[in-house]
Amino acid sequence: MALLEVKKLGISFGGLRAVDDFSMTIEKGELYGLIGPNGAGKTTIFNMLTGVYKPTDGSIWLDGKNITGKSTTEINKSGIARTFQNIRLFSKLSVLDNVKAGLTNRYTYSTATGIFRLPKFFRTEREMTEKAIELLKPFELDGDADLLASNLPYGKQRKLEIARALATGPKLLLLDEPAAGMNPRETAGLMNTILTVRDDFGVTVLLIEHDMSLVSGICEKLSVLNFGQLLCEGKTGDVLRNPEVIKAYLGE
Amino acid sequence: MKHRIKPATRKSFITYAIMIAAFIFVEILVSTGNASNMFQGLLVPFCVYSISAAALNLTVGILGELSLGQAGFMCIGAYSSAIFSVCTKDTITQAWIRFPIAMLIGGIFAALFGVLIGIPVLRLRGDYLAIVTLAFGEIIKNVFAALYVGYDSNGLHFSLTSQGDLNLAPDGKMLINGALGISGTPKDSTFVIGFIVLMISLVILYNFTNSRTGRAVMSVRDNRIAAESIGLNITKYKLITFGLTAFLGGVAGALFSHNLSALQASKFDYNLSILILVFVVLGGIGNIRGSVIAAIVLTYIPEALRKAGSNLTNYRMLIYSIILIIMMIFTSNAKIRGFFTASFMRLKGIVFKNKSAVKEGE
Repeated sequence: MALLEVKKLGISFGGLRAVDDFSMTIEKGELYGLIGPNGAGKTTIFNMLTGVYKPTDGSIWLDGKNITGKSTTEINKSGIARTFQNIRLFSKLSVLDNVKAGLTNRYTYSTATGIFRLPKFFRTEREMTEKAIELLKPFELDGDADLLASNLPYGKQRKLEIARALATGPKLLLLDEPAAGMNPRETAGLMNTILTVRDDFGVTVLLIEHDMSLVSGICEKLSVLNFGQLLCEGKTGDVLRNPEVIKAYLGE
Repeated sequence: MKHRIKPATRKSFITYAIMIAAFIFVEILVSTGNASNMFQGLLVPFCVYSISAAALNLTVGILGELSLGQAGFMCIGAYSSAIFSVCTKDTITQAWIRFPIAMLIGGIFAALFGVLIGIPVLRLRGDYLAIVTLAFGEIIKNVFAALYVGYDSNGLHFSLTSQGDLNLAPDGKMLINGALGISGTPKDSTFVIGFIVLMISLVILYNFTNSRTGRAVMSVRDNRIAAESIGLNITKYKLITFGLTAFLGGVAGALFSHNLSALQASKFDYNLSILILVFVVLGGIGNIRGSVIAAIVLTYIPEALRKAGSNLTNYRMLIYSIILIIMMIFTSNAKIRGFFTASFMRLKGIVFKNKSAVKEGE
C-alpha cells in the first residue's frame, strides 16, 4: 500500500484556482520530488498536505487513513513533518532546545512534574537530550547544541530545521526547497544528508526543489506542476527529458 | 559536558541567592531598628507586586502576548481569599493553617477565571489581546464594586443593587458591601510569609520555563506556524501559561487583601495593571529576576519621595515619571547598555585580575 495517496486535490482562493485535480502516489521509502516553475502551486500543495490550508476538493490519505482537512497539529501527530521555504526556527531557543521542542509529544511528563521537579522530569529530560544529540549528529550540529538557533549560519539553520522535523518521528518528511540559498558544495553535502536521513531514519521524503542537480541527483520519482495542474509524473530521468517539462521551464 | 551546570539553572539559583540575601538584609535592618515605619509597611507590597510582575512576565515574556488584565486576576484572588478568611476566622483560629488555604483558594479562583477568559480571548494576538484583557480586568473590578453579598441563617444572599435588597435576617452578616468592599479580613500577611510565597512563585516560574511545557510555550512565541508543524497544540500551551499567570496573580491578590483591614475593588483598576506591566517591561521582558527587582525599586521610589520632604512630595510623580523614562532609555538603548556592560566587564576584570573577564564575555 502506498504511504501517501493524494486524490484529485484542488483548492481555490476566491476566483483563483491555485491547484486543480492534482493526484500523486508515494510509496514507502521513496525519495520523491515535486518541481515546477515559480507560482505553480508547489508550496500550496505542501500547505494542504500539512493542514495549513483546507483543500476545496479531493482527499489526502496517509498510510490508509484519510487526513483531509485535519489540523496541522493532528496531521503532524499522524506522521507528516515539514520544513519551510523561508526558515522558521525557534530563534531564541538553543539548537538543542529546538530539537527537544520537536520531541515534546514523544517524551512526555506533566506540567506539574516539571514544576515540582519529580524524578520523572530528570529521567525524561535526560532521555530527550540524548535523543536530541543523536538527531543532531547526522547534520553535524551536535557541536553547536548550545548556540542560539538564530546565530547559526544559513546552511546549518536549514539542517536544524530538518533535524527538528525528524524529532517528531514522521513517516513522511516534506522538504520545501532545502537547498535554497546554498552554494554547490553545501548542496552536495545536503544531498548526502538527505540520503542518509532517508536510510537511517526510515522516512519517506517528498521535496520541492529548483536546484536541478539536487533533483536529478537524489530524487527517484518526480511530479511536475505547472499553473496548478500536473504536467507529468514518472521516473526522474524520463520526466526531465519530457519536452513538455522543458517547455514549461524554458519557454518555447 | 555531563556535569556542567546549565546556564538556565545557574540563572535561577543566582536569583534565589539574591532574594535570600535581600531577605536577610531586610530582617537585620528591621530587628536592629534601622528600618522606618514606611519601609516596614512596604515589605508586604514589595512581595505582592514582585509575585504579580514575575507572573505577568510569564505571559508577556515567555508566551509573548501582551496582557493588561493582571489587576483583574489579583482582584479575584483578593476577594475570594478574603471571603474565605472572613467566613472561617472563627472556626480556623490558627493563621498558619487558614492563610495558606486562603491563598490557594485565591489562586485557584483566579486561575479558573484566567482559563475561562483565556478560551475566547487567546484567539486574539498583539494589541487586540491587550485591549480585550484590559476590558476584562475592568469588568471584573466593576462587578466586584457593585456586588453585595451577605449571609444569615437562611444562607447566602446576593444583590447587584444595594445592601437593603439583600433582605438579611437580623442575625445576618455582610460579606461584600458593594464599593466599600470587604472589611474585617484578618491581617495574616507578614513579610516572612510574603517572602516564602515569593520564593515558591519564583521556583514555580523558573521550573515551568525550564521544562518541556515551557520549551513548548517559547516555541509558540518564537514561531507559531513552526510550532504547529511539529505538533504542538497552541491553544493548550497558551491556556496553561495564562492560567499560571492568573494563579500567581491571584495568590499575590490574596497576600494583598490580607495586608489590609478594608479591601475595595477600586484598588484593582487599570492603573495597577499598567503599573505591573511597567515592572515587567523595565525589568526586562522574559527576565523574571528583572521583574522582581523592578517591582521592588519602583514601589519604593514613590514612597521614598513622599517622605523625602515637603518640596519633593509635591513633585514626586514628576520625579517618578522622569526616573521611569531614564530607566526606559537605559534598558532599551543598545549603545548605553553596551557602555554599561563594557564598564562592568572592565570592573570585573580588575576585581578578578582578568581571570574570568575573558570567559564571561558572552
